[in-house]
Amino acid sequence: MEVPILKQGRFLIATIQAALSDADLLQLRRALIDKVIQFRSRGVIIDVTALDVMDSFATRTLRDITNVIRLRGADTVIVGIQPEVAFAMVQLGLTMEGVATALDLEEGLAHLQQRAASNT
Amino acid sequence: MVVAHDIHVAIRSDVDIVLARQQGRNLAADIGFTAIDATLIATAISELARNIVAYAQRGEVILRSIESANKRGIMIIARDGGPGIRNINDALRDGYSTSGGLGLGLPGVKRLVDEFSIESQLRQGTTVSVKKWLR
Amino acid sequence: MPSSKPMPTGKRLSSLAQQTVKQSTALLQELVAHLRQNRTQLREEWANRINEAQLLTAMTTEELFAEATSVYDNYVEALATGTFEALQSYARNLSERIIPRGVETHEVVGIVLLLRDVLARSLFAKYQGDFNMLNRILDAYEPAANRIANTVAVGFVQERERVIRQQQEAIRELSTPVLQVRERLLILPIIGVIDPQRARQLTEQLLRGIRTNRAKVVVIDITGVAAMDATVANHLVQTVEASRLLGATVIVTGLSPEIAQTIVTIGVDLGKMNTVGDLQGGIEQAERLLGYKVIPVADAAS
Repeated sequence: MEVPILKQGRFLIATIQAALSDADLLQLRRALIDKVIQFRSRGVIIDVTALDVMDSFATRTLRDITNVIRLRGADTVIVGIQPEVAFAMVQLGLTMEGVATALDLEEGLAHLQQRAASNT
Repeated sequence: MVVAHDIHVAIRSDVDIVLARQQGRNLAADIGFTAIDATLIATAISELARNIVAYAQRGEVILRSIESANKRGIMIIARDGGPGIRNINDALRDGYSTSGGLGLGLPGVKRLVDEFSIESQLRQGTTVSVKKWLR
Repeated sequence: MPSSKPMPTGKRLSSLAQQTVKQSTALLQELVAHLRQNRTQLREEWANRINEAQLLTAMTTEELFAEATSVYDNYVEALATGTFEALQSYARNLSERIIPRGVETHEVVGIVLLLRDVLARSLFAKYQGDFNMLNRILDAYEPAANRIANTVAVGFVQERERVIRQQQEAIRELSTPVLQVRERLLILPIIGVIDPQRARQLTEQLLRGIRTNRAKVVVIDITGVAAMDATVANHLVQTVEASRLLGATVIVTGLSPEIAQTIVTIGVDLGKMNTVGDLQGGIEQAERLLGYKVIPVADAAS
Protein backbone atom coordinates (compact mmCIF):
# COMPACT_ATOMS: atom_id res chain seq x y z
CA MET A 1 0.00 0.00 0.00
CA GLU A 2 1.47 3.32 -1.07
CA VAL A 3 2.30 5.81 1.63
CA PRO A 4 0.64 9.20 1.02
CA ILE A 5 3.07 12.13 0.79
CA LEU A 6 1.75 15.66 1.16
CA LYS A 7 3.57 18.84 0.30
CA GLN A 8 3.37 21.59 2.90
CA GLY A 9 5.34 24.61 1.71
CA ARG A 10 8.98 23.64 1.61
CA PHE A 11 8.30 20.46 3.57
CA LEU A 12 6.96 17.02 2.79
CA ILE A 13 4.78 14.99 5.14
CA ALA A 14 4.60 11.22 4.73
CA THR A 15 1.94 9.46 6.81
CA ILE A 16 2.49 5.77 7.39
CA GLN A 17 -0.42 3.36 7.88
CA ALA A 18 -0.42 0.43 10.26
CA ALA A 19 0.23 -2.66 8.18
CA LEU A 20 3.35 -1.45 6.43
CA SER A 21 5.24 -4.14 4.55
CA ASP A 22 8.94 -4.04 3.76
CA ALA A 23 8.18 -3.36 0.12
CA ASP A 24 5.98 -0.40 1.12
CA LEU A 25 8.84 1.05 3.16
CA LEU A 26 11.29 0.73 0.30
CA GLN A 27 8.78 2.29 -2.04
CA LEU A 28 8.44 5.19 0.40
CA ARG A 29 12.18 5.69 0.30
CA ARG A 30 12.16 6.00 -3.48
CA ALA A 31 9.12 8.26 -3.50
CA LEU A 32 10.56 10.62 -0.89
CA ILE A 33 13.86 11.00 -2.72
CA ASP A 34 12.01 11.73 -5.96
CA LYS A 35 9.75 14.30 -4.37
CA VAL A 36 12.52 16.02 -2.40
CA ILE A 37 14.30 16.52 -5.69
CA GLN A 38 11.17 17.50 -7.56
CA PHE A 39 10.04 20.11 -5.04
CA ARG A 40 13.46 21.04 -3.66
CA SER A 41 12.09 20.44 -0.21
CA ARG A 42 13.94 21.64 2.87
CA GLY A 43 12.57 19.00 5.18
CA VAL A 44 10.63 15.74 5.48
CA ILE A 45 8.33 14.59 8.25
CA ILE A 46 7.60 10.88 8.50
CA ASP A 47 4.58 10.29 10.71
CA VAL A 48 4.60 6.84 12.28
CA THR A 49 1.68 7.39 14.67
CA ALA A 50 -0.23 4.47 13.16
CA LEU A 51 2.68 2.05 13.36
CA ASP A 52 2.11 -0.42 16.16
CA VAL A 53 5.48 -2.14 15.83
CA MET A 54 8.87 -0.72 14.88
CA ASP A 55 11.34 -3.49 14.23
CA SER A 56 14.95 -3.57 13.08
CA PHE A 57 14.07 -3.25 9.40
CA ALA A 58 11.84 -0.23 9.91
CA THR A 59 14.50 1.44 12.03
CA ARG A 60 17.28 0.74 9.54
CA THR A 61 15.20 1.98 6.65
CA LEU A 62 14.18 5.18 8.41
CA ARG A 63 17.84 5.85 9.17
CA ASP A 64 18.64 5.15 5.53
CA ILE A 65 15.99 7.57 4.38
CA THR A 66 17.30 10.25 6.74
CA ASN A 67 20.83 9.88 5.41
CA VAL A 68 19.85 9.83 1.77
CA ILE A 69 17.64 12.88 2.16
CA ARG A 70 20.40 14.71 3.96
CA LEU A 71 22.55 14.26 0.84
CA ARG A 72 19.94 16.37 -0.87
CA GLY A 73 20.35 19.07 1.73
CA ALA A 74 17.10 18.36 3.53
CA ASP A 75 16.35 17.38 7.13
CA THR A 76 14.17 14.48 8.23
CA VAL A 77 12.24 14.13 11.45
CA ILE A 78 10.29 11.08 12.61
CA VAL A 79 7.16 11.92 14.57
CA GLY A 80 4.46 10.01 16.41
CA ILE A 81 6.35 7.06 17.87
CA GLN A 82 3.89 5.57 20.37
CA PRO A 83 4.96 5.09 24.01
CA GLU A 84 4.60 1.29 23.79
CA VAL A 85 6.56 1.19 20.57
CA ALA A 86 9.33 3.38 21.99
CA PHE A 87 9.55 1.05 24.97
CA ALA A 88 9.83 -2.04 22.78
CA MET A 89 12.42 -0.36 20.59
CA VAL A 90 14.78 0.43 23.44
CA GLN A 91 14.36 -3.10 24.82
CA LEU A 92 15.32 -4.44 21.43
CA GLY A 93 18.29 -2.09 21.33
CA LEU A 94 17.07 0.15 18.51
CA THR A 95 17.91 3.68 19.44
CA MET A 96 17.75 5.48 16.09
CA GLU A 97 20.85 7.48 16.80
CA GLY A 98 21.41 10.22 14.31
CA VAL A 99 17.73 10.45 13.48
CA ALA A 100 15.73 13.40 14.74
CA THR A 101 12.47 12.57 16.47
CA ALA A 102 9.59 14.69 17.68
CA LEU A 103 6.33 14.05 19.48
CA ASP A 104 3.86 14.86 16.71
CA LEU A 105 3.25 16.75 13.49
CA GLU A 106 3.21 20.13 15.20
CA GLU A 107 6.49 19.53 16.97
CA GLY A 108 7.97 18.05 13.81
CA LEU A 109 7.15 21.14 11.80
CA ALA A 110 8.55 23.38 14.54
CA HIS A 111 11.75 21.36 14.49
CA LEU A 112 12.11 21.60 10.71
CA GLN A 113 11.37 25.31 10.73
CA GLN A 114 14.01 25.87 13.37
CA ARG A 115 16.54 23.88 11.36
CA ALA A 116 15.67 25.72 8.16
CA ALA A 117 16.05 29.07 9.92
CA SER A 118 19.41 28.20 11.38
CA ASN A 119 20.68 26.92 8.05
CA THR A 120 20.04 30.10 6.08
CA MET B 1 -11.97 -16.23 24.47
CA VAL B 2 -8.67 -18.06 24.34
CA VAL B 3 -8.20 -20.61 21.59
CA ALA B 4 -7.05 -24.01 22.65
CA HIS B 5 -5.31 -24.79 19.41
CA ASP B 6 -2.13 -23.44 17.84
CA ILE B 7 -2.13 -20.68 15.27
CA HIS B 8 0.23 -21.40 12.39
CA VAL B 9 1.45 -18.59 10.18
CA ALA B 10 3.45 -19.58 7.13
CA ILE B 11 6.37 -17.23 6.55
CA ARG B 12 7.40 -16.83 2.95
CA SER B 13 7.75 -13.12 2.39
CA ASP B 14 7.73 -9.80 4.18
CA VAL B 15 3.95 -9.48 4.13
CA ASP B 16 3.77 -12.63 6.27
CA ILE B 17 5.84 -10.84 8.90
CA VAL B 18 3.08 -8.27 9.31
CA LEU B 19 0.45 -11.01 9.42
CA ALA B 20 2.34 -13.01 12.05
CA ARG B 21 2.76 -10.06 14.37
CA GLN B 22 -0.86 -8.97 14.00
CA GLN B 23 -2.04 -12.47 14.90
CA GLY B 24 0.40 -12.47 17.77
CA ARG B 25 -0.89 -9.16 19.04
CA ASN B 26 -4.49 -10.38 18.87
CA LEU B 27 -3.71 -13.59 20.73
CA ALA B 28 -1.76 -11.64 23.35
CA ALA B 29 -4.72 -9.32 23.88
CA ASP B 30 -7.08 -12.34 24.22
CA ILE B 31 -4.83 -13.88 26.82
CA GLY B 32 -4.96 -10.65 28.79
CA PHE B 33 -1.63 -8.98 28.14
CA THR B 34 -1.46 -5.19 28.51
CA ALA B 35 -0.98 -3.00 25.44
CA ILE B 36 2.68 -2.56 26.21
CA ASP B 37 3.33 -6.28 26.58
CA ALA B 38 1.34 -7.01 23.46
CA THR B 39 3.65 -4.61 21.63
CA LEU B 40 6.73 -6.35 23.01
CA ILE B 41 5.32 -9.66 21.86
CA ALA B 42 4.43 -8.33 18.42
CA THR B 43 7.92 -6.86 18.09
CA ALA B 44 9.58 -10.13 19.07
CA ILE B 45 7.47 -11.98 16.51
CA SER B 46 8.40 -9.43 13.89
CA GLU B 47 12.11 -9.93 14.48
CA LEU B 48 11.88 -13.72 14.55
CA ALA B 49 9.77 -13.86 11.41
CA ARG B 50 12.13 -11.43 9.75
CA ASN B 51 15.06 -13.75 10.44
CA ILE B 52 13.21 -16.55 8.71
CA VAL B 53 12.64 -14.45 5.61
CA ALA B 54 16.18 -13.14 5.57
CA TYR B 55 18.09 -16.35 6.21
CA ALA B 56 15.84 -19.28 5.40
CA GLN B 57 13.39 -17.87 2.89
CA ARG B 58 10.57 -19.94 4.31
CA GLY B 59 9.36 -21.28 7.60
CA GLU B 60 6.54 -20.84 10.02
CA VAL B 61 5.59 -19.06 13.22
CA ILE B 62 3.42 -20.91 15.71
CA LEU B 63 1.44 -18.99 18.31
CA ARG B 64 0.17 -20.78 21.36
CA SER B 65 -1.54 -19.78 24.59
CA ILE B 66 0.05 -21.61 27.50
CA GLU B 67 -0.62 -22.32 31.16
CA SER B 68 1.63 -23.40 33.97
CA ALA B 69 0.91 -23.75 37.68
CA ASN B 70 -1.31 -20.73 38.17
CA LYS B 71 -0.02 -18.45 35.44
CA ARG B 72 -0.92 -17.92 31.83
CA GLY B 73 1.11 -16.73 28.91
CA ILE B 74 2.00 -16.96 25.27
CA MET B 75 4.49 -19.15 23.46
CA ILE B 76 5.95 -18.32 20.10
CA ILE B 77 7.82 -20.85 18.00
CA ALA B 78 9.71 -19.63 14.94
CA ARG B 79 10.79 -22.57 12.86
CA ASP B 80 12.57 -22.84 9.54
CA GLY B 81 14.34 -25.43 7.41
CA GLY B 82 17.09 -23.06 6.42
CA PRO B 83 20.87 -23.19 6.54
CA GLY B 84 21.07 -23.13 10.36
CA ILE B 85 23.26 -20.99 12.57
CA ARG B 86 26.94 -21.80 12.56
CA ASN B 87 27.79 -20.39 15.95
CA ILE B 88 24.86 -19.97 18.32
CA ASN B 89 27.00 -18.46 21.06
CA ASP B 90 28.08 -15.67 18.77
CA ALA B 91 24.53 -15.04 17.68
CA LEU B 92 23.40 -14.73 21.30
CA ARG B 93 26.14 -12.36 22.32
CA ASP B 94 25.20 -8.77 22.92
CA GLY B 95 27.11 -6.84 20.35
CA TYR B 96 25.21 -8.31 17.52
CA SER B 97 22.73 -5.49 17.66
CA THR B 98 20.01 -5.20 15.09
CA SER B 99 20.42 -1.47 14.71
CA GLY B 100 23.61 -1.92 12.78
CA GLY B 101 21.96 -4.34 10.45
CA LEU B 102 24.22 -7.14 11.52
CA GLY B 103 23.20 -10.48 12.87
CA LEU B 104 19.94 -11.92 14.01
CA GLY B 105 18.98 -9.53 16.76
CA LEU B 106 18.50 -12.47 19.12
CA PRO B 107 19.90 -10.79 22.24
CA GLY B 108 17.34 -8.04 21.68
CA VAL B 109 14.51 -10.54 21.31
CA LYS B 110 15.64 -12.18 24.54
CA ARG B 111 15.10 -8.90 26.37
CA LEU B 112 11.51 -8.73 25.14
CA VAL B 113 10.48 -12.12 26.52
CA ASP B 114 10.68 -14.15 29.72
CA GLU B 115 11.99 -17.44 28.40
CA PHE B 116 14.11 -18.07 25.33
CA SER B 117 15.50 -21.22 23.77
CA ILE B 118 17.09 -21.96 20.42
CA GLU B 119 18.03 -25.05 18.49
CA SER B 120 19.87 -25.01 15.23
CA GLN B 121 21.55 -27.51 12.99
CA LEU B 122 23.58 -26.67 9.94
CA ARG B 123 21.69 -27.39 6.72
CA GLN B 124 18.71 -28.57 8.75
CA GLY B 125 17.22 -25.42 10.14
CA THR B 126 16.58 -23.37 13.23
CA THR B 127 13.85 -23.30 15.84
CA VAL B 128 13.53 -20.45 18.30
CA SER B 129 10.99 -20.79 21.13
CA VAL B 130 10.08 -17.94 23.41
CA LYS B 131 7.57 -17.54 26.22
CA LYS B 132 6.11 -14.53 27.92
CA TRP B 133 3.97 -14.77 31.05
CA LEU B 134 1.22 -12.54 32.36
CA ARG B 135 2.53 -10.49 35.23
CA MET C 1 -17.15 -38.09 23.69
CA PRO C 2 -15.73 -38.59 27.14
CA SER C 3 -16.18 -42.05 28.60
CA SER C 4 -15.15 -43.40 31.92
CA LYS C 5 -13.91 -46.62 30.37
CA PRO C 6 -10.13 -46.50 29.84
CA MET C 7 -9.15 -45.82 26.25
CA PRO C 8 -6.93 -48.48 24.71
CA THR C 9 -3.42 -47.39 23.83
CA GLY C 10 -2.14 -47.60 20.32
CA LYS C 11 -2.61 -45.36 17.34
CA ARG C 12 -6.02 -46.47 16.26
CA LEU C 13 -8.97 -47.05 18.54
CA SER C 14 -10.04 -50.64 18.57
CA SER C 15 -13.51 -51.24 17.27
CA LEU C 16 -14.72 -51.88 20.81
CA ALA C 17 -13.49 -48.49 21.93
CA GLN C 18 -15.01 -46.86 18.86
CA GLN C 19 -18.30 -48.46 19.72
CA THR C 20 -18.03 -47.20 23.28
CA VAL C 21 -17.48 -43.68 22.08
CA LYS C 22 -20.44 -43.90 19.74
CA GLN C 23 -22.71 -45.20 22.47
CA SER C 24 -21.51 -42.49 24.78
CA THR C 25 -22.35 -39.86 22.22
CA ALA C 26 -25.80 -41.31 21.67
CA LEU C 27 -26.46 -41.41 25.40
CA LEU C 28 -25.41 -37.81 25.83
CA GLN C 29 -27.77 -36.77 23.08
CA GLU C 30 -30.58 -38.62 24.84
CA LEU C 31 -29.78 -36.94 28.11
CA VAL C 32 -29.55 -33.52 26.46
CA ALA C 33 -32.99 -34.08 25.00
CA HIS C 34 -34.31 -34.90 28.47
CA LEU C 35 -32.71 -31.79 29.96
CA ARG C 36 -34.18 -29.60 27.26
CA GLN C 37 -37.64 -31.07 27.60
CA ASN C 38 -37.65 -30.53 31.34
CA ARG C 39 -35.94 -27.20 31.22
CA THR C 40 -38.61 -25.19 32.99
CA GLN C 41 -38.98 -27.30 36.10
CA LEU C 42 -35.31 -28.19 36.40
CA ARG C 43 -34.35 -24.56 36.18
CA GLU C 44 -36.88 -23.66 38.83
CA GLU C 45 -35.66 -26.44 41.10
CA TRP C 46 -32.14 -25.16 40.68
CA ALA C 47 -33.11 -21.57 41.44
CA ASN C 48 -34.81 -22.78 44.62
CA ARG C 49 -31.70 -24.67 45.69
CA ILE C 50 -29.64 -21.55 45.07
CA ASN C 51 -31.93 -19.54 47.33
CA GLU C 52 -31.88 -22.22 50.00
CA ALA C 53 -28.11 -22.24 49.97
CA GLN C 54 -28.21 -18.43 50.19
CA LEU C 55 -25.98 -17.94 47.20
CA LEU C 56 -25.94 -14.94 44.87
CA THR C 57 -27.69 -12.83 47.47
CA ALA C 58 -26.23 -9.75 45.74
CA MET C 59 -28.63 -10.28 42.85
CA THR C 60 -32.34 -9.58 42.59
CA THR C 61 -34.80 -12.36 41.82
CA GLU C 62 -35.20 -11.19 38.24
CA GLU C 63 -31.45 -11.02 37.66
CA LEU C 64 -31.00 -14.43 39.20
CA PHE C 65 -33.66 -15.86 36.95
CA ALA C 66 -32.14 -14.32 33.83
CA GLU C 67 -28.64 -15.53 34.66
CA ALA C 68 -29.92 -18.94 35.72
CA THR C 69 -31.61 -19.33 32.36
CA SER C 70 -28.50 -18.56 30.36
CA VAL C 71 -26.25 -20.67 32.58
CA TYR C 72 -28.67 -23.59 32.18
CA ASP C 73 -28.82 -23.20 28.41
CA ASN C 74 -25.06 -22.86 28.06
CA TYR C 75 -24.57 -25.88 30.31
CA VAL C 76 -26.86 -28.06 28.22
CA GLU C 77 -25.34 -26.71 25.02
CA ALA C 78 -21.85 -27.70 26.20
CA LEU C 79 -23.15 -31.19 26.95
CA ALA C 80 -24.74 -31.37 23.53
CA THR C 81 -21.79 -30.20 21.47
CA GLY C 82 -18.98 -31.54 23.64
CA THR C 83 -17.00 -28.39 22.98
CA PHE C 84 -16.22 -25.87 25.64
CA GLU C 85 -15.05 -22.74 23.85
CA ALA C 86 -18.46 -21.17 23.79
CA LEU C 87 -18.84 -22.00 27.46
CA GLN C 88 -15.47 -20.44 28.27
CA SER C 89 -16.50 -17.32 26.47
CA TYR C 90 -19.82 -17.23 28.29
CA ALA C 91 -18.11 -17.82 31.65
CA ARG C 92 -15.81 -14.84 31.03
CA ASN C 93 -18.76 -12.66 30.09
CA LEU C 94 -20.74 -13.73 33.11
CA SER C 95 -17.77 -13.09 35.38
CA GLU C 96 -17.25 -9.62 33.94
CA ARG C 97 -20.86 -8.84 34.82
CA ILE C 98 -21.05 -10.29 38.29
CA ILE C 99 -17.62 -9.53 39.75
CA PRO C 100 -18.40 -5.82 40.12
CA ARG C 101 -21.56 -6.91 41.95
CA GLY C 102 -19.44 -8.56 44.61
CA VAL C 103 -20.13 -12.17 43.68
CA GLU C 104 -17.46 -14.45 45.04
CA THR C 105 -15.75 -17.59 43.80
CA HIS C 106 -17.46 -19.97 46.23
CA GLU C 107 -20.84 -18.74 45.03
CA VAL C 108 -20.07 -19.39 41.39
CA VAL C 109 -18.63 -22.82 42.10
CA GLY C 110 -21.56 -23.48 44.39
CA ILE C 111 -24.28 -22.76 41.88
CA VAL C 112 -22.64 -24.77 39.12
CA LEU C 113 -22.31 -27.77 41.41
CA LEU C 114 -25.92 -27.37 42.46
CA LEU C 115 -26.97 -27.45 38.83
CA ARG C 116 -24.89 -30.53 38.27
CA ASP C 117 -26.64 -32.19 41.20
CA VAL C 118 -30.14 -31.12 40.18
CA LEU C 119 -29.61 -32.56 36.72
CA ALA C 120 -28.04 -35.75 38.09
CA ARG C 121 -31.03 -36.29 40.41
CA SER C 122 -33.36 -35.80 37.51
CA LEU C 123 -31.50 -38.54 35.64
CA PHE C 124 -31.78 -40.83 38.66
CA ALA C 125 -35.49 -40.21 38.74
CA LYS C 126 -35.95 -40.93 35.05
CA TYR C 127 -33.82 -44.05 34.76
CA GLN C 128 -34.22 -45.60 38.18
CA GLY C 129 -36.21 -48.45 36.68
CA ASP C 130 -33.26 -49.56 34.58
CA PHE C 131 -30.03 -49.75 36.56
CA ASN C 132 -27.96 -50.72 33.59
CA MET C 133 -29.18 -47.74 31.59
CA LEU C 134 -28.75 -45.42 34.58
CA ASN C 135 -25.13 -46.48 34.95
CA ARG C 136 -24.41 -45.89 31.31
CA ILE C 137 -26.10 -42.51 31.33
CA LEU C 138 -24.13 -41.43 34.38
CA ASP C 139 -20.93 -42.72 32.79
CA ALA C 140 -21.60 -40.36 29.95
CA TYR C 141 -22.82 -37.47 32.08
CA GLU C 142 -20.28 -37.29 34.90
CA PRO C 143 -17.06 -36.45 33.06
CA ALA C 144 -18.83 -33.89 30.91
CA ALA C 145 -20.55 -32.28 33.90
CA ASN C 146 -17.31 -32.08 35.83
CA ARG C 147 -15.54 -30.53 32.91
CA ILE C 148 -18.28 -27.92 32.68
CA ALA C 149 -18.01 -27.08 36.38
CA ASN C 150 -14.28 -26.78 35.99
CA THR C 151 -14.52 -24.56 32.93
CA VAL C 152 -16.92 -22.14 34.56
CA ALA C 153 -14.98 -21.97 37.84
CA VAL C 154 -11.64 -21.46 36.14
CA GLY C 155 -13.12 -18.80 33.85
CA PHE C 156 -14.43 -16.92 36.86
CA VAL C 157 -11.15 -17.14 38.76
CA GLN C 158 -9.13 -15.96 35.77
CA GLU C 159 -11.40 -12.99 35.33
CA ARG C 160 -11.03 -12.11 38.99
CA GLU C 161 -7.26 -12.34 38.70
CA ARG C 162 -7.36 -10.01 35.74
CA VAL C 163 -9.39 -7.47 37.71
CA ILE C 164 -7.03 -7.70 40.66
CA ARG C 165 -4.03 -7.17 38.39
CA GLN C 166 -5.66 -4.07 36.97
CA GLN C 167 -6.34 -2.73 40.41
CA GLN C 168 -2.79 -3.36 41.52
CA GLU C 169 -1.53 -1.54 38.46
CA ALA C 170 -3.75 1.41 39.26
CA ILE C 171 -2.46 1.51 42.83
CA ARG C 172 1.12 1.42 41.66
CA GLU C 173 0.41 4.26 39.29
CA LEU C 174 -1.06 6.38 42.03
CA SER C 175 2.05 5.94 44.11
CA THR C 176 4.49 7.09 41.44
CA PRO C 177 3.37 10.46 40.21
CA VAL C 178 4.69 12.15 37.14
CA LEU C 179 4.33 15.84 37.85
CA GLN C 180 3.66 18.57 35.39
CA VAL C 181 5.37 21.60 36.80
CA ARG C 182 5.28 23.93 33.84
CA GLU C 183 3.97 23.68 30.39
CA ARG C 184 5.98 21.15 28.40
CA LEU C 185 8.04 20.23 31.50
CA LEU C 186 7.61 17.06 33.53
CA ILE C 187 9.32 16.03 36.70
CA LEU C 188 9.63 12.45 37.80
CA PRO C 189 11.02 12.16 41.32
CA ILE C 190 12.01 8.60 42.02
CA ILE C 191 12.05 7.64 45.67
CA GLY C 192 12.88 4.44 47.44
CA VAL C 193 13.62 0.98 46.18
CA ILE C 194 13.29 0.25 42.52
CA ASP C 195 12.68 -3.30 41.45
CA PRO C 196 12.51 -4.20 37.75
CA GLN C 197 8.71 -4.22 37.88
CA ARG C 198 8.47 -0.73 39.30
CA ALA C 199 11.17 0.54 36.98
CA ARG C 200 9.17 -0.63 33.99
CA GLN C 201 6.05 0.93 35.33
CA LEU C 202 7.80 4.25 35.90
CA THR C 203 9.03 4.22 32.32
CA GLU C 204 5.58 3.41 30.99
CA GLN C 205 4.00 6.18 33.03
CA LEU C 206 6.62 8.68 32.02
CA LEU C 207 6.27 7.92 28.33
CA ARG C 208 2.52 8.19 28.48
CA GLY C 209 2.91 11.40 30.45
CA ILE C 210 5.18 12.84 27.78
CA ARG C 211 2.58 12.13 25.19
CA THR C 212 -0.38 13.43 27.18
CA ASN C 213 1.34 16.59 28.38
CA ARG C 214 3.31 17.11 25.18
CA ALA C 215 6.39 17.50 27.30
CA LYS C 216 9.59 18.66 25.68
CA VAL C 217 11.77 18.31 28.74
CA VAL C 218 11.71 15.76 31.54
CA VAL C 219 13.66 16.02 34.77
CA ILE C 220 14.22 12.66 36.43
CA ASP C 221 15.40 13.13 39.98
CA ILE C 222 17.08 10.13 41.55
CA THR C 223 18.23 11.79 44.77
CA GLY C 224 15.87 9.62 46.76
CA VAL C 225 16.72 6.33 45.14
CA ALA C 226 17.83 3.85 47.78
CA ALA C 227 20.19 1.72 45.78
CA MET C 228 21.20 1.62 42.18
CA ASP C 229 22.54 -1.50 40.59
CA ALA C 230 23.35 -2.23 36.98
CA THR C 231 19.79 -3.38 36.24
CA VAL C 232 18.21 -0.20 37.48
CA ALA C 233 20.88 1.90 35.79
CA ASN C 234 19.99 0.11 32.58
CA HIS C 235 16.34 0.96 33.06
CA LEU C 236 17.27 4.58 33.57
CA VAL C 237 19.27 4.64 30.35
CA GLN C 238 16.43 2.97 28.49
CA THR C 239 13.98 5.51 29.86
CA VAL C 240 16.16 8.33 28.63
CA GLU C 241 16.43 6.77 25.17
CA ALA C 242 12.73 6.01 24.92
CA SER C 243 11.87 9.56 25.97
CA ARG C 244 14.06 10.89 23.22
CA LEU C 245 12.11 8.82 20.69
CA LEU C 246 9.08 10.78 21.80
CA GLY C 247 10.94 14.01 21.17
CA ALA C 248 11.66 14.85 24.82
CA THR C 249 14.99 15.80 26.34
CA VAL C 250 15.79 14.19 29.66
CA ILE C 251 17.80 15.77 32.45
CA VAL C 252 18.87 13.44 35.24
CA THR C 253 19.44 15.07 38.61
CA GLY C 254 20.61 13.83 41.98
CA LEU C 255 23.31 11.62 40.55
CA SER C 256 25.70 10.70 43.32
CA PRO C 257 29.31 9.83 42.42
CA GLU C 258 28.59 6.18 43.24
CA ILE C 259 25.62 6.01 40.90
CA ALA C 260 27.56 7.83 38.22
CA GLN C 261 30.20 5.13 38.56
CA THR C 262 27.59 2.35 38.20
CA ILE C 263 26.26 3.91 35.03
CA VAL C 264 29.72 4.24 33.54
CA THR C 265 30.44 0.64 34.47
CA ILE C 266 27.52 -0.65 32.46
CA GLY C 267 29.03 1.02 29.46
CA VAL C 268 26.98 4.15 29.14
CA ASP C 269 28.72 7.28 28.03
CA LEU C 270 27.72 9.76 30.73
CA GLY C 271 28.68 12.53 28.39
CA LYS C 272 25.65 11.65 26.33
CA MET C 273 23.33 11.84 29.28
CA ASN C 274 22.25 15.25 30.46
CA THR C 275 23.05 15.35 34.16
CA VAL C 276 22.83 18.11 36.72
CA GLY C 277 23.74 17.98 40.39
CA ASP C 278 20.44 18.71 42.07
CA LEU C 279 16.75 19.01 41.28
CA GLN C 280 16.69 22.80 41.48
CA GLY C 281 19.54 23.06 39.04
CA GLY C 282 17.84 20.57 36.79
CA ILE C 283 14.62 22.55 36.69
CA GLU C 284 16.53 25.73 35.92
CA GLN C 285 18.29 24.08 33.04
CA ALA C 286 15.00 22.67 31.79
CA GLU C 287 13.48 26.12 31.83
CA ARG C 288 16.42 27.48 29.87
CA LEU C 289 15.95 24.72 27.30
CA LEU C 290 12.30 25.61 27.02
CA GLY C 291 13.09 29.28 26.55
CA TYR C 292 11.85 30.49 29.91
CA LYS C 293 13.75 33.30 31.48
CA VAL C 294 13.54 33.73 35.21
CA ILE C 295 13.31 37.46 36.02
CA PRO C 296 13.59 38.66 39.62
CA VAL C 297 10.36 40.33 40.70
CA ALA C 298 12.02 43.71 41.29
CA ASP C 299 13.24 43.90 37.69
CA ALA C 300 9.90 42.78 36.28
CA ALA C 301 8.09 45.54 38.10
CA SER C 302 10.29 48.29 36.67
